[in-house]
Amino acid sequence: MPPRPLSPHLSVYKFKYTLTTSILNRLTGVGLSLGLLLLVYWLMAVASGAHAQARAARLLSLPVMKLVYAALIIAFCYHLSAGVRHLVWDTGRGLERVQAQRSAWLVVGVSIALMLLVGYCAWLAGARGP
Amino acid sequence: MSLRSPLGKVLGAGSAKQGVHDWWMQRLTSVALVPLSIWFVVSLLSLPSFNHATVVAWMGGSWTALLLILFVLVAAWHSQLGVRVVVEDYVHSAGARTVTLVSVMFAHTLIAAAGVFAVLKVAFGAAS
Repeated sequence: MPPRPLSPHLSVYKFKYTLTTSILNRLTGVGLSLGLLLLVYWLMAVASGAHAQARAARLLSLPVMKLVYAALIIAFCYHLSAGVRHLVWDTGRGLERVQAQRSAWLVVGVSIALMLLVGYCAWLAGARGP
Repeated sequence: MSLRSPLGKVLGAGSAKQGVHDWWMQRLTSVALVPLSIWFVVSLLSLPSFNHATVVAWMGGSWTALLLILFVLVAAWHSQLGVRVVVEDYVHSAGARTVTLVSVMFAHTLIAAAGVFAVLKVAFGAAS
């Protein structure tokens, strides 16, 4: 181990739900990085012509990809809300324990509302066909 | 040749003001991504279909192409900074960490370049 402070050591902290919001932010961020990879794969397929896009669409329209898109929507909505919370923290506001606990619940509420909204729109978009 | 020691040269010169660069870029990119990502999700979900002609017509619009390029670039930058911090926190052996960090850098450069190239190719009408 390097002789400098590293964060967060999951094993040494007492579990708190404010800790969950932080680790979820990282998890969803890494998930969205994989989503970016997927997006660029699709963009390259589109740029390579109708034939290449049709080939990519066979992979992208597999039933299991519905789960991936659902996970990406959840990750996006959560990371967006939690990210805005971090930006507010960066201004020095909302760092008291009670405020942080309240904003943790606010993030959960807002991101679930966003997930339902985006999920519904995605379901409509999916129903329009590939 | 100067006889001054390296320490003597920098003492009193102040910091190089580079210490918070990555931290600051992470914030700047996240602020930019709030509107960019919302725009991207909304416009992707408002596409009438995902067939080639429709997608090419969408990506070929000047503003769409411009915003898509910005979105891919800023998202790749933000992603690179974020994944790097995760790797620095959780990959403890120095060798594995260096290899992972270099791979993360290369992968993100590839993603950013491919995204920009793909959008430009479509926007300039070269995707048949």
